[in-house]
Amino acid sequence: MNRNTELEGVPQDMRPLLDVRGLHMRFPIKRGILRRTVGFVNAVTDVGFSILPGGTLSLVGESGCGKTTTGRCIARVYKPSAGQIIYQAEAEQSIDLAELDNRELRPFRREIRMIFQDPFSSLNPRLPILQIIGESLKVNRVASGSELEDRVASLLRRVGLRPEYIRRYPHAFSGGERQRIGIARALALNPRLIVADEAVSALDVSVQAQILNLLQDLQEEFNLAYLFIAHDLSVVEHISHRVAVMYVGKIVELADTETLFANPLHPYTEALLSAVPKPDPRLRNRGVRIRLEGEVADPSNPPDGCYFHPRCPYAQERCRQEEPAVREIDEKHWVACHFAEELELRGFEAIGATLGATLER
Amino acid sequence: MTRAPAQSQAENSALPAAEIGGETRIVVANQWQLIWWKFRKHRLAMAAGVFTILLYAVAVFAEFFAPYSAGAYSAAHTFIPPQSIQLLQRTENGWRFYPHVYGFKVQVDPESYKRTYVLDEAITYPVGLFVRGESYKLWGLFATDRHLVGAAQFGDPVYLLGTDRLGRDVLSRTIYGTRVSMSVGLVGVGLSLLLGIILGGISGFYGGMIDNLIQRSIEILRSLPTIPLWMGLSAAIPLTWPPVRVYFAITVLLSLIGWTALAREVRGRFLSLKTEDFVIAARLDGVRELPIILRHMAPSMTSHIIASVTLAIPGMILAETALSFLGIGLRPPVVSWGVLLQEAQNVRSIATAPWLLFPGLAVVSSVLALNFLGDGLRDAADPYQT
Amino acid sequence: MQPIHTRLDDNDAQDDEVLLDVKDVKTHFFTDEGVVKAVDGVNLSLKRGQTLCVVGESGCGKSVTARSILRIVPPPGEIVSGAINFRQRDGGTIDLATLNPKGREIRRIRGGEISMIFQEPMSSLSPVHTIGSQIIEAIQLHLPVSKGEARKQAVSMLDLVGIPRPGEQLDAYSFELSGGMRQRAMIAIALACEPQLLIADEPTTALDVTTQANILDLIRDLQQASGMSVLFITHDLGVVAEIADEVVVMYLGRDVESGDVDSIFHDPKHPYTRALLQSIPRYDSRQSRKLYSIKGTVPHPFDRPSGCPFHPRCDDFIAGTCNTIDPARQLISPGHSVRCLLYADANAGEQVPVNSAGTQDMDMSN
Repeated sequence: MNRNTELEGVPQDMRPLLDVRGLHMRFPIKRGILRRTVGFVNAVTDVGFSILPGGTLSLVGESGCGKTTTGRCIARVYKPSAGQIIYQAEAEQSIDLAELDNRELRPFRREIRMIFQDPFSSLNPRLPILQIIGESLKVNRVASGSELEDRVASLLRRVGLRPEYIRRYPHAFSGGERQRIGIARALALNPRLIVADEAVSALDVSVQAQILNLLQDLQEEFNLAYLFIAHDLSVVEHISHRVAVMYVGKIVELADTETLFANPLHPYTEALLSAVPKPDPRLRNRGVRIRLEGEVADPSNPPDGCYFHPRCPYAQERCRQEEPAVREIDEKHWVACHFAEELELRGFEAIGATLGATLER
Repeated sequence: MTRAPAQSQAENSALPAAEIGGETRIVVANQWQLIWWKFRKHRLAMAAGVFTILLYAVAVFAEFFAPYSAGAYSAAHTFIPPQSIQLLQRTENGWRFYPHVYGFKVQVDPESYKRTYVLDEAITYPVGLFVRGESYKLWGLFATDRHLVGAAQFGDPVYLLGTDRLGRDVLSRTIYGTRVSMSVGLVGVGLSLLLGIILGGISGFYGGMIDNLIQRSIEILRSLPTIPLWMGLSAAIPLTWPPVRVYFAITVLLSLIGWTALAREVRGRFLSLKTEDFVIAARLDGVRELPIILRHMAPSMTSHIIASVTLAIPGMILAETALSFLGIGLRPPVVSWGVLLQEAQNVRSIATAPWLLFPGLAVVSSVLALNFLGDGLRDAADPYQT
Repeated sequence: MQPIHTRLDDNDAQDDEVLLDVKDVKTHFFTDEGVVKAVDGVNLSLKRGQTLCVVGESGCGKSVTARSILRIVPPPGEIVSGAINFRQRDGGTIDLATLNPKGREIRRIRGGEISMIFQEPMSSLSPVHTIGSQIIEAIQLHLPVSKGEARKQAVSMLDLVGIPRPGEQLDAYSFELSGGMRQRAMIAIALACEPQLLIADEPTTALDVTTQANILDLIRDLQQASGMSVLFITHDLGVVAEIADEVVVMYLGRDVESGDVDSIFHDPKHPYTRALLQSIPRYDSRQSRKLYSIKGTVPHPFDRPSGCPFHPRCDDFIAGTCNTIDPARQLISPGHSVRCLLYADANAGEQVPVNSAGTQDMDMSN
């Protein structure tokens, strides 16, 4: 998905904060006593997207679709096998993060931060909150001593926790509170982009709403951009400006949130939307149901042609042989399907997932 | 009843009021406190821990605890059976507190010339605590002649656990054996730990070819049958070596095999911690490699390593005992449990002087205590699991 | 702290159609640190052929409720009071709460009359036996059939739950199957003896939405075909809306509201139910942007609030009342009951008008 040409002549402040082009990530499969590489898992294949400052792009897809790996490449937990991650640094210049080594990445690690899915494993149980949140401030020599304590305390206050909690250890907190601590850690160095990897998936509904609200508040306050990785489409619909749907390591559709939900162009997107439980018993048995047969393809041994063809209800001969390219069908609506123009796919409303009579009383 | 969705920040905060006050100690408890609290609940392990501490105290202050020195002998008192302490003595005015042991008469069988000891209640030898006895220098530094327990009058034949064929006090020798046997375990495990942490750490940290090489050599080492290997190697220790050097040679020998298990433990922890979210988070915070290992990874491993080390000590003790018992480990005049048991290595001693097997009891109880302690530590090592 | 209201009397317990009637069950865990009242007075009643969803956040005791019914509460947990009346196939009613959890009676009921499926199929399927042998074992344990006959039934079971090539998959091990297929295999084992009641404990939580949709369809279809009842435990209100006939909302070990699915979603009474419903993101909630969120978190089981356990987080909290009086179950309309002091003096169907600003000043303690 190569869209870099469109950027030329775009004024500085309209330029994307992050522009990912042709991102690949493959992991070797090692076998035997000598741990020889016998093959590769193509976790991410030719992924491209961009995120505007203060915008939210969501990556959605079933487990194993490569959305987490993509997020970890952006946060540079992994070094991508190929591709570019062009970051618009504050100092006017843009930099390809994919090429930098650990030392060179240092200044950018402050600006691109990550929130993890598991609020339990992502906080070191053996360190008090002060050190968990203050680590990056201390390491980057931003603050120390009592100044560090003050900064951590104000971060805690910002995420809705009491500053007195500074000396407590993570085991004293509930899942939602821990996730707030994780957010405070991400905020410590005034980031510009936060990779939120399933940040609310492990939380209860009521806590999830608290965290989503907090993330939105912070976005407004600090003009943060989010790369929001999630599998829950109603959460994604709520929080994102744009959505990219991934299937077996590739982006199959990318569009503005409203467009994608109202007018999907890829059969996989349609199936995903159709599978979301309808939040109102009166909508039961209304609209159409699309159910996917079979399993997600094995990323170490994907099928020929379109990866989705074995499960696609609209698959034709061409889908079995020819891999579809990502095309911009409508303005800012990209899709990788040979028949995107011909198919009449149903959006959320046509599926009957929206509320006629709402619950707002 | 409907609320405006916009809530103030304060209301939105995730604070249960009940958390303020009340049980606040636990919320600021660090990992060692949590481990201690969890360990404390494990009654058997607690008891085993106290017993182990006592054993090591005995080992450290062996001269003080033992009534006699390890080499003291008395040709007149061979194979004396254990004398039991009597706390009270009957006098004309009733009973009085007078801790003592009875003396004994020697009877010689006219045909077999076999000597038997018969209790003679007429003779009593007073027994006391903190008595004066042979003088010694504790750790070669402090000269004193106080012993925890012994004959109240220096020179009385008081042998609480009997004597061996040379008239040496079994209790004293077992106490001195504690020093050697327990320290062989500790020193051997210390050496294993050093090797294990270095090689396991390298293996887990670098991975790739180095990891492969170390893991394969561990597998080869572990596939060797240990007893024949130890036998072969210890047979190679020259007889002319002084006892201290033999002692160190034996511990090195034991740790040569022992490190492999610890190295695997360290490597496994390293590998799983490397991909742990909080370690990744630290890396993303900009923390450098060495602080990540020292601040984030090592503290997560230490408690587990302490537990495995505790569980490794009994193996060392048993190995030393086995080697010495077979006569290829430590040799007299060094006193270890194994060496003592070697003396009991015949039918006669079991039939006529079963008290010579007392060091065996010491081995069993110390090994059990260390195992219970290690089990408790292992259970408490990760206080964050629910 | 005496409940001031007349207690709700369920007359429908005598109803022939009621398969399972759980009455005021309390399951407590006696730990070293103290007593955890995981389930502290739960009531539910399930009719033949219906699906009852028990919904609540983590720690509300929904899973322990399910395990209490099958008497598989792990120690140190114990049912301390209450009755679990289950109507057996032969027509007799048995109180499961009084049975010996290791006895013959309950073992006959488990699998034979009540089956259970879990969130993580991997942990309840044996990794060393094939799927087929586990189904055959389940069949032979409860039905007097030959091995060959059982095998034939097993194949048709796998076919029924939508496992492709059932003849071959019979000899597959659980780890060879994908998550969705494993869940299907577990359902096949659970249904092998045609139970009257299927308890499903978050069976779709670990699955992707597409697979979840398939499994929900499957459970619904199987239920329609066999007429069994389903007790479905979940935290996902979307799933509830998809499959429930009746709903029980739980909070801190209590049923705070129960009723048919339509009245729970369209006429929720309890502030907690309302708050839960409002905090799920919806397709048309974009205009408001902000989600409604319940303040605070579920309290620690040792810090159970006095009075109504929800009062510290409740927007309609009435000071002096909610924190002192433990609300009893109350019938709002037929089949719809709620435990909330807002409805304390309202008789069936009527609702106390409360405006959120005024609640604090109203003195209802007299």
